Amino acid sequence: MSWLADFTGAAGDVVSNSATYEVGLRFFAVLAFAATGEWIAEKSGTMNISVEAMMLGSAFGAAVGYDVSSSVSVGFIFAVSAGLLIAVVQANMSHRLLVNQFVVGLTLNVLVLALVAFLHSDLNPVSKTASSLGIPGLKSIPLVGKALFDQNWPFYLLPPLVFLAWWLLYRTRWGLEARAVGEDPVSSLAMGIPVLARRRQAVYFCGICAGLAGGYLVLGQIGRFENTIVGGQGYLVLAAVIFGGWSLKGALLGCALFGFANSLRLILPALDHPLNAELLSALPFVLTIGMVALVAHHKAGKSRQPRALGSF
Amino acid sequence: MNRLSDTSKYALLYFACISGAAVFLLVVLTLTGNSYLDMSEAFLEGSTLNAGKWGETLTAMVPIALVALGAIVCFEAGYVNIGQEGQLLVGGAAAAYVGIHFTGPGPLVLAALLICGALAGAIWAGISALLKFWRGVPEVLTTLLLVMVAFQVTGYGLKTTSLIADPNPVAGSRNLSSPELAENSRLGEFEIFSNQISIGIFIALFLAGAVWLVMNRTLIGFRLKTLGRNSLIARRAGISEISYGSGALLFSGGMAGLAGATILASGLTSYSFSPGFSLNFGWGGLLVALVIRGKAWLAILAAGLFAGFHTGSQFLAATGASRQIGNLTQGIFVLALLIPPAVIYLWQRRPAFSGEIR
Repeated sequence: MSWLADFTGAAGDVVSNSATYEVGLRFFAVLAFAATGEWIAEKSGTMNISVEAMMLGSAFGAAVGYDVSSSVSVGFIFAVSAGLLIAVVQANMSHRLLVNQFVVGLTLNVLVLALVAFLHSDLNPVSKTASSLGIPGLKSIPLVGKALFDQNWPFYLLPPLVFLAWWLLYRTRWGLEARAVGEDPVSSLAMGIPVLARRRQAVYFCGICAGLAGGYLVLGQIGRFENTIVGGQGYLVLAAVIFGGWSLKGALLGCALFGFANSLRLILPALDHPLNAELLSALPFVLTIGMVALVAHHKAGKSRQPRALGSF
Repeated sequence: MNRLSDTSKYALLYFACISGAAVFLLVVLTLTGNSYLDMSEAFLEGSTLNAGKWGETLTAMVPIALVALGAIVCFEAGYVNIGQEGQLLVGGAAAAYVGIHFTGPGPLVLAALLICGALAGAIWAGISALLKFWRGVPEVLTTLLLVMVAFQVTGYGLKTTSLIADPNPVAGSRNLSSPELAENSRLGEFEIFSNQISIGIFIALFLAGAVWLVMNRTLIGFRLKTLGRNSLIARRAGISEISYGSGALLFSGGMAGLAGATILASGLTSYSFSPGFSLNFGWGGLLVALVIRGKAWLAILAAGLFAGFHTGSQFLAATGASRQIGNLTQGIFVLALLIPPAVIYLWQRRPAFSGEIR
């Protein structure tokens, strides 16, 4: 039973260490920024697999922006523009020319990966993380204080963004129309809602959110750009929205879960619990597949999936 | 535009999109201080003009075409398997495993490793099929996530001597690799005008013919297409979504796995499995399938073009330029080629939603 003792010992170490929460929350934030946008896109009927491309493109944009200006804010402007640019291509090809949205998304993923790798070897931008912004008092709460209240400043964009997304979708006319378009495009069209325009706008919003995610990844979490920096986190975002049963709360819960699994790659070796490197890298993806499979079945009876998701 | 005939309108459209892509490439290359002319010259030399390069390109065409043929069948049946990169990796690793651990006469080992590669790819896609039909998880998501897992699984195999790691690594080399495939269990080559072409090309041609035949001349193909066009009608007609749908997914996975095995056996990666083994052919083959829109014979041509991008950019990389140019060129041209069919569709038939396009 020594493995059981090892396991509980490691789990205890992980849970009782404040670094766990700090690192884990950063991994969560990257996913959560993008998932907020992806949630809106999926609610309006686009399963936007190019979120991976948007995150990668904007991460590179952030590094370039910081490199040319030495300013984190400019880096973020570059990041959001890059995310938005990719969103414009995705949205107009899939919801103006009516090309299959998966086909466009996949092509964009491949194209952006190659473009970024090519430009990276040529430009090699230098960047670093933003300055941290501690909230006095609150940050000295034991265990979670540093994690929640002593992150660098872009982290604090996340709560307002999440609120904005919720408000937009559930408290505005635009949001009502976007949700209607995701459920039943034909009836929406009959009601006079410009179906394709709403879907395009939702994808643009997703591009902005994914841009913030990419910017945070480089300027908030890692501090420098590498070609493998996103490494499938966009797919985790997709999974988180499905895992959450297309509710914002659920999607964020999914992000927390998958982000934490992702962060174990850094945490476990740092706490002297070496585990097979490949296993740790595969863990978030395997866990994601397992959790989505579990939940998908559970929700099958009262599926909350937007009825027109993935169609046009 | 009214004066133009439809055909010339379409031709003009294709021309505009392709030249748009070319201009984009020109801008990117010029901005990064590369010479467009020098690069395209090196590209052509590396893929076709230099001695023996035709053979290399045709050999590289085989796995790309195999991936594309599998993807065609899957798309025609209405399922979106986009995890060929992972299925190809797993197939290649399985083939390497068989090549190392199976002893017997050479041709037998070759046959076994090709079959096992295909089986492994099919099993990897089978996970997605299982999750799709048992739990209702979209196959788009699981195939993508399994690509990430495949990289780690094969990476683990490369570090473990009882799996595919080389028990006697080359001294001083830090690169992980499997031992080379025994010489008598490699795919043979034939020579035309001093070009070495892998006989794998006959496998690709045969399977292209088979896919065309099955999809266009048999009941199975008809049912698969019906399922893809309208799943409701298919259900009413008694076509089992589970058996035909998972069959299509397994087939495309198997073809990707077979592609991995042919990469190994035709020496594109010096007859061994190493990190970067896939050569991006999983994505490349998938893009081919997206561009050709279901025509099996076109898969061979388009795969040849993509193989040219691959060999051309490898040649370019040897001169010091970035290897990524090949992938970049592929991506931008595929994106450009997606536009004309969509526009033509809108011209020919205005669906309800195009009302607001103007």
